[in-house]
Amino acid sequence: MNIVVLVKQVPDTAAERTLSEADHTLDRENADLVLDEINERAAEEALTLKEAVGAEVTVVSMGPDSALDAIRKVLAMGADRGIHICDDRLHGADVVTTAKVLAAAVRTVADVDLVLAGNATTDGQASAVPAVVADLLGLPQLTHARELTVDAGRVRVERETENGEATLDAPLPALVSVTEKINEPRYPSFKGIMAAKKKPVETVDLDDLFPDADADADEAGFRVTRTGVVEAVPRPARATGTRVTDDGSAGRQLVAYLIAQKLV
Amino acid sequence: MPDVLVLVDHDGERVHKCTYELLTAARRLGDPAAVVVGTPGTAARLEEPLARHGATSVYAAESTEADEFLATPAVDALELAVREVSPAAVLVSATTDGKEVAGRLAARLDGGLLIDAVDVDSCGVATQVVFGGSYTVRSQVTHGLPVITLRPGSFEPEERPVEARARQLALPPVDRVASARVTARRAALAGDRPELTEATVVVSGGRGVGGADGFKVVEQLADALGGAVGASRAAVDAGYYPHQYQVGQTGKSVSPQLYIALGISGAIQHLAGMQTSKTILAVNKDPEAPILGLADYAVVGDLFAVAPQLAQEVAARRAVG
Ligand SMILES: Cc1cc2nc3c(=O)[nH]c(=O)nc-3n(C[C@H](O)[C@H](O)[C@H](O)COP(=O)(O)OP(=O)(O)OC[C@H]3O[C@@H](n4cnc5c(N)ncnc54)[C@H](O)[C@@H]3O)c2cc1C
Ligand SMILES: Nc1ncnc2c1ncn2[C@@H]1O[C@H](COP(=O)(O)O)[C@@H](O)[C@H]1O
Repeated sequence: MNIVVLVKQVPDTAAERTLSEADHTLDRENADLVLDEINERAAEEALTLKEAVGAEVTVVSMGPDSALDAIRKVLAMGADRGIHICDDRLHGADVVTTAKVLAAAVRTVADVDLVLAGNATTDGQASAVPAVVADLLGLPQLTHARELTVDAGRVRVERETENGEATLDAPLPALVSVTEKINEPRYPSFKGIMAAKKKPVETVDLDDLFPDADADADEAGFRVTRTGVVEAVPRPARATGTRVTDDGSAGRQLVAYLIAQKLV
Repeated sequence: MPDVLVLVDHDGERVHKCTYELLTAARRLGDPAAVVVGTPGTAARLEEPLARHGATSVYAAESTEADEFLATPAVDALELAVREVSPAAVLVSATTDGKEVAGRLAARLDGGLLIDAVDVDSCGVATQVVFGGSYTVRSQVTHGLPVITLRPGSFEPEERPVEARARQLALPPVDRVASARVTARRAALAGDRPELTEATVVVSGGRGVGGADGFKVVEQLADALGGAVGASRAAVDAGYYPHQYQVGQTGKSVSPQLYIALGISGAIQHLAGMQTSKTILAVNKDPEAPILGLADYAVVGDLFAVAPQLAQEVAARRAVG
């Protein structure tokens, strides 16, 4: 089997995140960057399949130089090779461009059976990239999987969303996005970390992925974003509220507050 | 006025409230045209309430397999509708399915996607709250057709009865190699309480509730206030309460008038889903819990003492008033 895992490097949610003054994109210089936690789980699914049925696992990430760390981490977990899409022109890419670029990178991998992704990133929270990549590649989307089974050329998924659960079924090749509930990702071993340093990582840019784009009049492959930020303002911190320590009457005090606020 | 396409969110019998919100928002941009994707007969059933909420046309994109495949029929239907009416914008609810449908549509049309807007003005400028509520961003589509997903609960739906024209869209057969089939569905059980994202009051419990039994205290307070029950991920993971009630980054985003957090520490991923609530109350026995710093009214104390007393006081007041 050939499996591609799409992973993204994101600012650590535990740290404060800021938008750059200049262009309202994420201020990466001031952020702690980590491999998105849900992507570790996508990688874990790929590696479980590799152990069960044998597979070559390719990690793909689009991002600045630092994204190489995210790729190396998945290689250290046990993936075989990486593709790093790194191009300054991609700074500020929207969902559509991100998906087009990722789809183009997946196309460079021969005979892909399964594309794995996270169901949402902690920074963008678009939760749309995997479905769009599937559409562009003409693959069925089996998104938000809590459980994944691959058997006899088909893939089955237990999908969990706010509307309940569903079982999805499709033939391979297919794209699956996983939720944070699917598994507990492994830690890279010391041996894995050492081995990862020697695994091949190909760095590609837009010219590699879209060689014909220059000739193409509408340059669609290079449109970085179709949206623009008009204004970005930090939300004012909430005013400090009232604080009491319960002396046996806090419930009554709360009701008085709710009445004063016309909430009951 | 140009048409504005609205994808109807429904269960076959009933239009979901978030669709009425879309119709209300759509009127700012043009004439709302509703697109119903479903099995034959669905659009006819839903036409009356859609027209009552201002849909000037109702497009039926119907086929026997429309509800059998994930997302693809809706993307195909919207693509057809766009080609037919050349709308000013397409509005879709920012639900899990809605965001995927909107993204795929934008990619097919090379349009601009604005995700999870909480407001949109008559120029098509959308307001979004990003990074778990730490920034408010206003953005606009600069190239192609605007495809906007609107967070449920952001608009007050208004009735605006009109005559709706019934139209048909011929859905192509689903490509079985490129689509995932839904072989079983287990709908989230809707209880008697209001829907979490639609409720004006949400009472949530965390790990501090200590167990499934403890959630009775949370439910009693929610019922006294006529609110919905929510839960932190720690409470869901521990099996105290079902997943569909999870509030936060990987659960639902809520923005009620009143949010009450019981035994929740206030991790950033939880805050991401409730920080825009108008008024926040928190009860936690740890004076250092971050949620207390965020609350408009913070009680350092045992939730098992405070919540029942509050529920009782509210019930008593309701009985009098
Ligand atoms: C990728 C990712 C996504 C996530 N998504 C979400 C999400 O969507 N939603 C979410 O909620 N979390 C999410 N989390 C988890 C989040 O980081 C926290 O672990 C979680 O919110 C903690 O839940 P809690 O506050 O209930 O539990 P804890 O942090 O354990 O807090 C329990 C609190 O209860 C208090 N307490 C205990 N007993 C009592 C009592 N008798 N009376 C009063 N107070 C009491 C304690 O003092 C403590 O503050 C996510 C994490 C990750 C990494
Ligand atoms: N720049 C990127 N590089 C690689 N994968 C990505 C990138 N952006 C998004 N993805 C994938 O898409 C998933 C969902 O992202 P999103 O739709 O942005 O919430 C992530 O978990 C990744 O698997």
